[in-house]
Amino acid sequence: MRVPDTIRHAASDLMAEYGLLIDEDRLEDWAELFEEACDYKVVIRENVEQGLPNILIWCDNKDMLRDRIASYRDVNEYNLHWDRHVIGPPRFCGEAAGVWTIEASYSLFQTDLEGASRLFSVGRYRIEFALAGESARIKTATVIADTGLIPTLLASPI
Amino acid sequence: MSIEVKWERDDYSRVPYRLYHDPEVYAEEMARIFRGPTWSYLCLEAEIPNPGDFRTVWIGDTSVVVSRATEAAGGAIHAFVNRCAHRGAQIVRKTHGNAPEHVCIYHRWCYRTDGELIGIPFRRGLKGEGGMPKDFDMAAASPQRLKVANVNGMLFGTFSDKTESIEDYLGEFGMGMVRRFFHKPIKILGYSRQLIRGNWKLYAENLRDTYHASLLHEFFVTYGVDRATQKGGVKMDARHRHNMNHAYTATDTQEEAKAAYAGTAGVKLDRMRLRDTKLLEHSAEFADRMNLAGPTFFPNCIIIQINHSMGTRQIRPKGVDGVEIFQTLFGFADDTPEMARHRLISANLVGPAGFVSMEDGEAIEIIQKSTLNDPDAANIIEMGGRGPITDLEHRVTETPVRGFWSYWAELMGVEAPGGVR
Repeated sequence: MRVPDTIRHAASDLMAEYGLLIDEDRLEDWAELFEEACDYKVVIRENVEQGLPNILIWCDNKDMLRDRIASYRDVNEYNLHWDRHVIGPPRFCGEAAGVWTIEASYSLFQTDLEGASRLFSVGRYRIEFALAGESARIKTATVIADTGLIPTLLASPI
Repeated sequence: MSIEVKWERDDYSRVPYRLYHDPEVYAEEMARIFRGPTWSYLCLEAEIPNPGDFRTVWIGDTSVVVSRATEAAGGAIHAFVNRCAHRGAQIVRKTHGNAPEHVCIYHRWCYRTDGELIGIPFRRGLKGEGGMPKDFDMAAASPQRLKVANVNGMLFGTFSDKTESIEDYLGEFGMGMVRRFFHKPIKILGYSRQLIRGNWKLYAENLRDTYHASLLHEFFVTYGVDRATQKGGVKMDARHRHNMNHAYTATDTQEEAKAAYAGTAGVKLDRMRLRDTKLLEHSAEFADRMNLAGPTFFPNCIIIQINHSMGTRQIRPKGVDGVEIFQTLFGFADDTPEMARHRLISANLVGPAGFVSMEDGEAIEIIQKSTLNDPDAANIIEMGGRGPITDLEHRVTETPVRGFWSYWAELMGVEAPGGVR
């Protein structure tokens, strides 16, 4: 589809920020990529293929996203690790009333504190965004993980 | 083959670390426990509603097909070992589906939906040449079938002819809990899977250790979902192999909880608040008013309710140092659209990313890592007392863990002399 360069650049910048902010453990800043009325969901492909609605993580507004992050910071225990996202170029799927839909593949590696890395998750994003000024803000982000067999546990966002 | 275990104590309050690491112990467990006189949880009847529907599951390290036979094959529910009689290939390679019959891809040996071998290509040879011997008995060569029991739509299977009836095995308590969860038609919401790098028994113990729940899973306490100060307790069957941690909604006060957890390092009761509290909205939906119920059945299953999330988990051992937790979430068929949505929001609590469950993966892995070097050292299981194994009206206990080991030792033929049961 025909996509203006400004939109392509905004989408590219958005996804670069998205991955690196998580990898830098700046989750509070990552949440700011979302609009207030947003939706963030992690589902697995096995369920999607069967038309089953189960979720691993579902925040249906930004406060729930903030709660997830606060719980990660102060309440939950998890495997201590660094994240590293490798995100492929976005495919533009459509536009309606200024809201663009893109999809992109990701690989997410985790590295433990002794430096051992493992492939943690692969899958794709389906993201709806709109421009706010020059930058893109996320309305909905759905992570569809091919990796349904979660290694150890899932604490930090994908 | 048999193993030997030197128990330091006859009440199983000391368990040597070797039992989580020894491949011989693991091999014996697969034979004596998972393929022995126990009932394992297979799947839910609601997952195979139509004739020809099947799901593949793992019982111990055995791949098993659970199948609703086609009408021509009788229409009943069967479970059989997913291994071709011929060369041992997996017959069914999908996790689920519908098929009029099952065909092994290697040489196209064909199985009826009840597991019986019914077709062998070129069995009579070609033009009088080749083929199988005339006396080859297809029925006798068919994969092993498990005996199947259906309790209100929850399916159990056993490999052994000697297993007691499902009623005797689960006991009144267990049968009652299955009927409680499945008292009306359910709706499958989906699955989650988690691979923990630890021995399967660490997970089985975790489900019997109510002591850890409100300490490791701090979310429970911080946001008041489950605290040891709530009314609740631990129930077991007569043999102490199954157990249930349970609690009743709104039976303690914030002040009681604050006093009880005062000084416990890490507990942030009262210092944190959710911005969006709908995750915790709960109104009792069972007659017994429990908001937390986790009946756990030896060897491979728990049914778990945390507020409005409900699911089954199948424990799938993956070698001596790995275990998959396969979770099936469900709601009720008559859920309102609001409740259907709320069950999915509540799914944030459980599973590999669950606010009150994710920690188990880490706790188990750090035990597996740090106990490998010292097989003769033992852990301490004394919270809730030593000696006899009994039900308790509180949850400051890990006594059901000793119940697990007592029955494990019986099945493995390694009971402590005079060991408690």
